[in-house]
Amino acid sequence: MSMKASTRQIDGVTVVDLSGRITLGEGSVILRDTVKDLLGKGQKKILLNLGDVSYIDSSGIGELVSAFTSVRNQGGELKLLHLTKKVHDLLQITKLYTVFDVKDDEATAIAAFAK
Amino acid sequence: MAYRLTCIDKYLPEQANCSILKICSRSGPRRKETRGKNEPLMTAAQRISYRMESTLDSVNKAEEMADQAAAQTGFDEETRGGIAMAVREGMINAVQHGNKYDPGKRVNLTFEQNRGELKVIIADEGRGFEPENVPDPLAPENLLKQSGRGIFLMRTFMDEVRFRKLNCGTEITLIKRLQVQELDRQEAST
Repeated sequence: MSMKASTRQIDGVTVVDLSGRITLGEGSVILRDTVKDLLGKGQKKILLNLGDVSYIDSSGIGELVSAFTSVRNQGGELKLLHLTKKVHDLLQITKLYTVFDVKDDEATAIAAFAK
Repeated sequence: MAYRLTCIDKYLPEQANCSILKICSRSGPRRKETRGKNEPLMTAAQRISYRMESTLDSVNKAEEMADQAAAQTGFDEETRGGIAMAVREGMINAVQHGNKYDPGKRVNLTFEQNRGELKVIIADEGRGFEPENVPDPLAPENLLKQSGRGIFLMRTFMDEVRFRKLNCGTEITLIKRLQVQELDRQEAST
């Protein structure tokens, strides 16, 4: 299943709904391009909704980390929403769960961004 | 127990971007076959080798084959996912870092199944590398690095991970064994 990404705006936060697999190749590239595009437009509050992301490999993890640091380096914030068990476990194993700000509820996540 | 090894050379062009090099089977006690009609042959004590192109398609294909091989060995769904991921990471290592997507280089992928053990061997034709030189991805100073987690993931999901430097390339051996109770259950059903 290929990766898809769509964006929507809520209270100044860009929610990126991702679905499919974030893996080496297309999936990683779509995530990278989406975040790059948002930063290019000055949208620096980004919430990645991973609820429909079924799988992430080491390349996908690297891309999430890269997105996180890129946004942070530009003074923005990137948070993760709705992790599946598989993705949650993977972030725990790689000790990245506590690096990312992970949320279970969209409204709570939106409210958690700096005003 | 001594096994007699017989090998059959075979080429299946319909397999995406790979050819089956050899199917080897050993005479000995056979286990109940669980494979579907169209799945690759992989009964007890068998070895299948594929020669894969250095492409992303090969990585995806290897991951699928690993999942099937793990299912046939008798692993549960969660363990199968881990095995498939380990094989995917091994193939990424071979295709991306070893062969560097060189169309002139191939990856040899072997699945060996024997008595509740699945062994996967991935050999590239690259310049080789020293796995001990790969930084620990869990060290605080490496947590935010973009790469370097593949070997760690292989080690996380497999019981054994071995690296061997070849004359030309690197060979990674991944081994996963059924737990004793799973093996007992399997033996009882044969």
